[in-house]
Amino acid sequence: MGALSSRAAKLAAPLNLLKKRMIFAPIRRYIGGSCAGLAILFATPALAGTSEINAADTAWMIVATALVLMMTIPGLALFYSGMVRKKNVLATMAQSLAAVAMISILWVAFGYSLVFVGDGPWLGTLDRWFLAGMTMDGVNPAAKTIPEVLFMLYQMTFAIITVALVAGSVADRMRFSAYLLFSVGWFMFVYIPLAHWVWGGGFLGAAGVLDFAGGLVVHLSAGAGGLVAAKVMGRRHGYGTENLSPFDLSLAVVGTGLLWVGWFGFNGGSALAADSRAVMAITATHLAACAGALTWGAVEWSIQRKPSVLGMISGAVAGLGTITPASGFVAPWHGIVIGGVAGLICFWACTSVKRRFNYDDSLDVFGVHGVGGMTGILLAGVFATASIGGTSGLIEGNPRLLLVQLYGIAVTLVWSLGITYVLLKLVSAFVPLRVSLQQEMEGLDISQHGEALQ
Amino acid sequence: MKLVVAIIKPFKLDEVRQALTAIGVHGMTVTEVKGYGRQKGHTEIYRGAEYVVNFLPKLRIEIAVSSELADKAVDVITSSARTGQIGDGKIFVTPIDHALRIRTGETDSDAL
Repeated sequence: MGALSSRAAKLAAPLNLLKKRMIFAPIRRYIGGSCAGLAILFATPALAGTSEINAADTAWMIVATALVLMMTIPGLALFYSGMVRKKNVLATMAQSLAAVAMISILWVAFGYSLVFVGDGPWLGTLDRWFLAGMTMDGVNPAAKTIPEVLFMLYQMTFAIITVALVAGSVADRMRFSAYLLFSVGWFMFVYIPLAHWVWGGGFLGAAGVLDFAGGLVVHLSAGAGGLVAAKVMGRRHGYGTENLSPFDLSLAVVGTGLLWVGWFGFNGGSALAADSRAVMAITATHLAACAGALTWGAVEWSIQRKPSVLGMISGAVAGLGTITPASGFVAPWHGIVIGGVAGLICFWACTSVKRRFNYDDSLDVFGVHGVGGMTGILLAGVFATASIGGTSGLIEGNPRLLLVQLYGIAVTLVWSLGITYVLLKLVSAFVPLRVSLQQEMEGLDISQHGEALQ
Repeated sequence: MKLVVAIIKPFKLDEVRQALTAIGVHGMTVTEVKGYGRQKGHTEIYRGAEYVVNFLPKLRIEIAVSSELADKAVDVITSSARTGQIGDGKIFVTPIDHALRIRTGETDSDAL
């Protein structure tokens, strides 16, 4: 998505000169990092714009959309449920499933419009409320070579997985009704604003924050939200005393594989075109996953004497989450470095840090996604390569980018931590967030859904 | 008639079965069980969280044999299930009051 501005400029459609000036001049200036209130000019005329729809881009983006949806169901559903206890497997899957069903409809109702239509610094408009005015051949100015409906659908899958990610931190103890309420609120008040700020023409994107596929919008926001949720909900019964070991890690391995492949669509698709930049992003993504799996496994081998399967898949997902904001801005070999760093830092976050601060982030949403997202945003600022993403980072002599990236992290952290906290308090006024102790002991499968694995 | 109950290491099942077949024991019931004795458990580590697993997987085999065969059965189970390592298991022998084969109604030694 960070690709938007440069792509939009490159693919300037043959509109009339006046429109061209109004629409694209500000975009070029965005690249330089200044916005200067031209946002209002950008807003209205561009929405109606039609352009050459490119068959190759469209075909790739349809595939990428399917790949990213696959990341949530079954990818994340399997990854998460393999790590919980047998009595909570279905309930964990239900959270991913519910995120798909609910967020899709909310995205169509108002999410897409508020994020990607209009580019006020804070929030979009409701012009595309329930897809109003969306035509067969219309395009969004952010992606001029694919139908707007496809762009809407692709971005929908990002909203879905972000909401589903948060649930991992409160697995094993959150009441399903409270989860539904919380998810709707989190989508509306955390995801929508952040996505608009970074990708939809809001103030973070205008400030020049690089976030190709969602280090801030997806991973850090979900990670920070998960951390607060884990803290507010409290630890699982028996945490630290009872055996809470995973039910079936083979499910988690299968889930990791699906996430890994799906990530090609997540990062590669964020180029919004079937082009070389997408290929560069995919290459860096794959290499980062490999490096992450290797380093996490190696650290375990040296510290705990055995490289665990859970460690290797955690490392792979950490590498994937960490490369997400940087892919599309960095060279493939940077992916190896970024993935390797991710394996080390996320391991440290999931072990020492978690123990030190004594919170029960059941499936390490913060340790893997939050810390990985932050690391990736910073490393994007270090490794950004002008010949790939059009922006230079620290290594190419632009230390300012690192500050901009830090600014993005600070805003995302404060927003996600704060709003998540308020939301949880609000939801708990209507429904208890946790199940009762007896229900927790029985398992959420039976107590929340009336079903169980035999 | 005796009921011989043995708790053994799971990977030793085939050797035990072969040894028992060789001395003329033609039936066996096997159950997967968990438990602990002197072997205690082991430690598993998941993302840095250590769990002591107290109950280890074992197999419980039950055979019903005539009193004359019981001692021999105990001997072959002992020799075939032994590794010499801690956790090889135990054997218990108890008397059987009555036995009956459901299909034919045969009783006691005819039913074994």
